Amino acid sequence: MNMPASHPEPAPSMTAGLFDAANREVLSLQHEDIALSVEHLSLYYGADKALDDVSLSVPTKRVTAFIGPSGCGKSTLLRCFNRMNDLVDSVRIEGSIMLHGEDVYDRNTDVAELRRRVGMVFQKPNPFPKSIYENVAYGLRLQGVRTRAVLDEVVERSLKAVGLWDEVKDRLEGNAFGLSGGQQQRLVIARAIAIEPEVLLLDEPTSALDPISTAKIEQLIDELKEQFTILIVTHNMQQAGRVSDFTAYMYLGKLIEHADTMDLFTNPKEKATEDYITGRYG
Amino acid sequence: MIKWWKSGAPWIWFHGGAVTISMIMVFGLLMLILVRGFGAFWPHAVLETTYELPGAEPQQIIGELRRSETLTAQSMREAGVAVPDEQILVQRHLIKMGNRDVTGRDFGYFIDDFMEPWRYPKDIAVLERREWGDFYGQPLRLLEQGEVVAAGDDLWPAFEERLRRSNALFDEIRAIERGAIGNVNFRIERVRLDRRRAELNDQLTPEREAELQQRREALQAEYAVLEQRLNQLYADADRDRIVMLTAGEEEITIRLADIVKAWQPNAMSLPAKLGFYVGDFFDFIFGYPREANTEGGIFPAIFGTVAMVLVMSIIVTPFGVLAAIYLREYAKQGPLLRTIRISVYNLAGVPSIVFGVFGLGFLVYMVGGQIDQAFYPEALPAPTFGTPGLFWASLTLALLTLPVVIVSTEEGLARIPSTIRQGSLALGATKAETLWKVVVPLATPAMMTGLILAIARAAGEVAPLMLVGVVKLAPTLPIDGNFPFLHLERKIMHLGFHIYDVGFQSPHAEAAEQLVYATALILVLLIVILNLTAITIRNHLREKYRAESD
Repeated sequence: MNMPASHPEPAPSMTAGLFDAANREVLSLQHEDIALSVEHLSLYYGADKALDDVSLSVPTKRVTAFIGPSGCGKSTLLRCFNRMNDLVDSVRIEGSIMLHGEDVYDRNTDVAELRRRVGMVFQKPNPFPKSIYENVAYGLRLQGVRTRAVLDEVVERSLKAVGLWDEVKDRLEGNAFGLSGGQQQRLVIARAIAIEPEVLLLDEPTSALDPISTAKIEQLIDELKEQFTILIVTHNMQQAGRVSDFTAYMYLGKLIEHADTMDLFTNPKEKATEDYITGRYG
Repeated sequence: MIKWWKSGAPWIWFHGGAVTISMIMVFGLLMLILVRGFGAFWPHAVLETTYELPGAEPQQIIGELRRSETLTAQSMREAGVAVPDEQILVQRHLIKMGNRDVTGRDFGYFIDDFMEPWRYPKDIAVLERREWGDFYGQPLRLLEQGEVVAAGDDLWPAFEERLRRSNALFDEIRAIERGAIGNVNFRIERVRLDRRRAELNDQLTPEREAELQQRREALQAEYAVLEQRLNQLYADADRDRIVMLTAGEEEITIRLADIVKAWQPNAMSLPAKLGFYVGDFFDFIFGYPREANTEGGIFPAIFGTVAMVLVMSIIVTPFGVLAAIYLREYAKQGPLLRTIRISVYNLAGVPSIVFGVFGLGFLVYMVGGQIDQAFYPEALPAPTFGTPGLFWASLTLALLTLPVVIVSTEEGLARIPSTIRQGSLALGATKAETLWKVVVPLATPAMMTGLILAIARAAGEVAPLMLVGVVKLAPTLPIDGNFPFLHLERKIMHLGFHIYDVGFQSPHAEAAEQLVYATALILVLLIVILNLTAITIRNHLREKYRAESD
């Protein structure tokens, strides 16, 4: 890392204007209800250490953003919350993650049940090769819901929540692949919230989308935090600034800094964070 | 020149040339089969002429020109034919003369120079008979119970009408023999098996014995009625005869009951010939073979081929798909799995006759023998499944084509993006749920591709089938009206084997030649139809799951 020897002033050029409602109160983790708490989490892919002693708390019904350069482990950390890393053969994990006091990595944890409580949306829209209706109803059908009225109601509510209802209500039986990329991503979010998870993990949800679709998703995130605890991984610092309440900066598998977003962007405690957000990193 | 070489242009010519040669070979093959195959049903003109070899009696010939060829006079002289010295080339004709029962030879080569000009008399008739092949000659008189009922100009219309009657009678006889009598025989056999089973289980009480006896007597009564009806029909069919004059000025009397079809090719107009052609083609497809398969239709062979391919598809698809899912999704990747995979792939390269030997030795004799002992002890020592049959043929082909289905399915599964799987898992689906609800449906086009390849391979396979269930002549179709309707243990006929049998095992090679091409044509058409059906289904599936292949 090429770090300049001294910084007289944090350069706020990139973050200026981000906080149009900048006069909101600075939030403190101490006053938050904690949904997920990570303690001394280390993760190895074979011999490679991908996460190094990460500890942090994720507050309930807030948006927490993870930023950092590529390969810093932010996506890996996100995938620990719903145990998607289990799919990789060589993974080994130390430390613990508690979801409302229950150990996610406990031997007796039902992984399918955990994933119902911790939903996830991926980088690229990944609708199933089914109708729009069946995509949203998929999670419920897995849980054995057969009643048409219940399914209808949940599908409508979920699609309305993501603002897709008016666009697709006349072609619910149509193939989900007929939708545009942005619509597909919102469909996938509708699919995730249809089963009412407690936590929603968003892994770079807008990186494959155009600016207009991105704006819609960001607005949607703002609405969804009324109901869900949201964790978002993003490459885009403006996005982190726009949508999140708390931001965690990670570097080389370590958590460098975790604070209120506005606080972190305007007044970083760590020099590494400052370098990254001001674009001096690298 | 060097510059031209370096420009890469020669390579384009090489590539283009390779493609052209392949195309020419494929089209040449198809054209040959098409022309010869479709030509088999055309009512060719019948010529009449006098043939006089030097120093021999003049000979009258009536027949169809099959082909002409030009030979050197030298070779003819060596063969003992007195060709004039100044001549260099000799043309000779292969003529089909029919009348195998009268003259003993139905084909002959004749040298052009010794033939008088050809005439095409309008009244020459060709009779296709149930036995002894075609008959060529001039119709003289029509007889009913020995009395002349028509001659001269009235003869042919009257004959055609009576031929229709006799054919209708024959159809009825066939229907009774194949349908009703076959059914009664089947039930009598069942009574026998019931008795034997009761005997084996020590349950043959006097009451049971009496009941079985009663059933048997009822069936025998039924049979007696049918037999009486049959005799009546045979007597009716025996009524009419036609007297024909052969080329050798001999009068031959033929029963109308022995005639399948009759036509006067020299008197036919073009539309009439076309109509005859279409009719003949349909008779070929839907008719039963006669005379050691050298005459008549190939319906049982078509039916057997299709039935075998369908049963094979039903066996191989679930097998292959399940195995592929295990290999790709569940098995731990490692040296053991690699070995298994290589073995499976190499299975595709094992010569098919080896599968035939395996099918006969292991499946038919060992597995089939065990099945017989366990489930059909009453029929022993006559085997039920312990002998080659449809099921074993299909199972052997299923083994043969299994690698194709496994490989295609595995490739299909590998192509499904991991994001789709993760999407399902992230919603709380188990691995099995993800597989069956999302991944497998997406891989169905790939499975269909595998099945298409399997069908193409299986439908054309002959060698292993000769060992495990295909015969020259199967008395019954594998599907009929007798419970349980599909008889997997029965032997079948098969187009590929039919070609081999007709072409190379038949006593009348010349007569069979056209049938070989026609049968080959039907086999090719059948495979094309089966493939097109499967491809249509696959394209439909692809359309449904369009976006993933992008």
